[in-house]
Amino acid sequence: MAVMTIAKAINEGLRAALGTHPRALLMGEDIGDLGGVYRVTEGLKAQFGPERVVDTPLAESGIIGTAIGLALRGYLPICEIQFDGFVFPGFNQITTQLAKMHARSDGLLSAPVVIRIPYGGGIGSVEHHSESPEALFAHTAGLRIITPSNPHDAYWMIQQAVTCADPVIVFEPKRRYWLKGEVDVSAVPTSPFQAEVLRVGTDATIVAYGPLVPVALAAANAAAEDGTSVEVIDLRSISPIDFDTVTDSVLKTGRLLVAHEAPTFGGIGGEIAARITERAFLSLEAPVTRVGGFHLPYPTARTEEHYLPDLDRILHSLDTVLAY
Amino acid sequence: MATSRLPAAEFDAEEQLDAQHLPEFPRDPSGMVQMLSPDGELNSSGFRGYVPAEDELAALYRDMYLIRRFDQEATALQRQGELALWVPMRGQEAAQIGSARAMQDQDYAFPTYREHGVAVSRGVAHADLLKLFRGVTNGGWNPKDSNFHLYTLVLAAQCLHAVGYAMGMQRDQLAEPSLPKAATVAYFGDGASSEGDVHEAMVFAASFNAPAIFFCQNNHWAISVPTEVQSRVPLAYRAHGYGFPGIRVDGNDVLAVQAVTRWALDRARNGGGPVLIEAFTYRMSAHTTADDPTKYRLAAEEEQWVARDPLTRVEHRLRATGTGEHFFQQLEEEAVELAGNLRAAVLSMSAPGLEHRFAATYAEAHPLIQEELKAWKDYEAGFDIEGGDR
Repeated sequence: MAVMTIAKAINEGLRAALGTHPRALLMGEDIGDLGGVYRVTEGLKAQFGPERVVDTPLAESGIIGTAIGLALRGYLPICEIQFDGFVFPGFNQITTQLAKMHARSDGLLSAPVVIRIPYGGGIGSVEHHSESPEALFAHTAGLRIITPSNPHDAYWMIQQAVTCADPVIVFEPKRRYWLKGEVDVSAVPTSPFQAEVLRVGTDATIVAYGPLVPVALAAANAAAEDGTSVEVIDLRSISPIDFDTVTDSVLKTGRLLVAHEAPTFGGIGGEIAARITERAFLSLEAPVTRVGGFHLPYPTARTEEHYLPDLDRILHSLDTVLAY
Repeated sequence: MATSRLPAAEFDAEEQLDAQHLPEFPRDPSGMVQMLSPDGELNSSGFRGYVPAEDELAALYRDMYLIRRFDQEATALQRQGELALWVPMRGQEAAQIGSARAMQDQDYAFPTYREHGVAVSRGVAHADLLKLFRGVTNGGWNPKDSNFHLYTLVLAAQCLHAVGYAMGMQRDQLAEPSLPKAATVAYFGDGASSEGDVHEAMVFAASFNAPAIFFCQNNHWAISVPTEVQSRVPLAYRAHGYGFPGIRVDGNDVLAVQAVTRWALDRARNGGGPVLIEAFTYRMSAHTTADDPTKYRLAAEEEQWVARDPLTRVEHRLRATGTGEHFFQQLEEEAVELAGNLRAAVLSMSAPGLEHRFAATYAEAHPLIQEELKAWKDYEAGFDIEGGDR
């Protein structure tokens, strides 16, 4: 098995998708000769040409809107939005057009556009370069949202997004772009909309996704040293959410902690807490706890370490849950 | 394909633009192309080869007459509570019929929500156009049958879809040169011309030389806000800033509209790139049935435009060239029949159940949808067990 970074795995996944699907094309700013600001599309223009790897004008609504038109014509556009905070000029096209095309046409039209968005903090950047807007899109019916946390998933998820008949947003954890891991290119991948139990435990469950998965695993390892057995679930899909896997875990452990970088208010953690309370109320030994960002604009680089859920905040929250 | 067609240096742009323009075009886009005057006088024009033959005039008149009757009937149906809303198009018949008749089967139109005349010309059934307004669907027809996209209620969003679709046509053409050459037409209004998506669509269309025609119906009013608040220059001028031709045409002159649109489509299909057509027209009725134009515009202005009615001038011409009363009588009978059929069709329209919404939201199975559908069905079933009518 090959060892590669998440960035390289997505690059290889895109290469495979372009090779397999002649009607797939990449669209975005700086994705051609530069290879993207994170070099995720590096070398693809050289291999597939400017018709398949299209440097677009600098206009997010334009990228998404023309991708919708291309998809209506039978193409498979894969758009890159350069940074999370820059998706908002394209928000209208994503939520009022892309998400609704299938429903509006009573199923007659499909717009299987893929939108790649590097997201999350921890890279010491400036305003609008470190946000986690996934809940804003998850609230909109018609979209699917996935987020890999390791190179193997990254390689497969981008290809699965391309073959999905629905529009898919792939949130890429940018501070993990350089995280290395094994990629099995000959594996039969699991559904991208299925959660994965990464670590088995009996005392509590931590649900995390994207950039916080390594932190959740580190917290579980630290807790194990104190004799606490923590189960860790990588959610992988934010819309739909695989509540069955989470429920099964909570029925066993009785305690649930959800960790994400986005603000907790109105976030994915609240949705998971509510659903799991409905599904497993009598098995819960403690209230479901959330660890996430605060109700603040994403803080400046010099203060983000206090904002991002880290090992200590997750362990502190775990103590709270275990104290019941 | 993009960069090779762009000017090598920005200073080349103007020369290249000049080369792109046909010499017979008015260099001043505010100079309006007109062929049939309000009095029914036929003028010569520079669009030789694109002007409809005079014997097509009766057919164009028929289309305009019937769509006006359709519009009146839909307005009446709304007033009677049978439609949630109606978007009248009275006054814009020539702009719509003329441009739609210029299209070929393989071309593709992306409308806003007022393009009833274009829709019918593309083959959409009259009754299907009312389904959205009846509240039984957000669509109403299969765009693939008519190459007429669904209505888009968010202003200007469809302009980008039109450009993307045109980029797809361009790619298909390159891959398979035997395919019929095709172009798209993006319809939008003077109000929508202020939306960012129109500008981004024009930038993309120019950058990729997409076969996309921007057809702006300047009907002078964005609900209650006049065109002057949208633009300080004639809208057709704007095209030059993006690097393609802009033409203002008398939008109440069906011959001129058809000729100009034919020229633009022909040019786009053959690789000439986008064109902006500003059809200078007037919304003679309200923005929608929820609107009251007497609050924001003067009766004198409306009177002025009655004199420029797109139907009257064709009628003048037809009568002057020997069309007999029989034609007009027969047309009126046809219109009455259309209205009656339409009314019956609307009254029989019912909405599919909510299950249909659950089924149509995603293309692939979705667990949340399945879970919520089951919960809702269980809830509904509870009423059945208790029996009795609900």
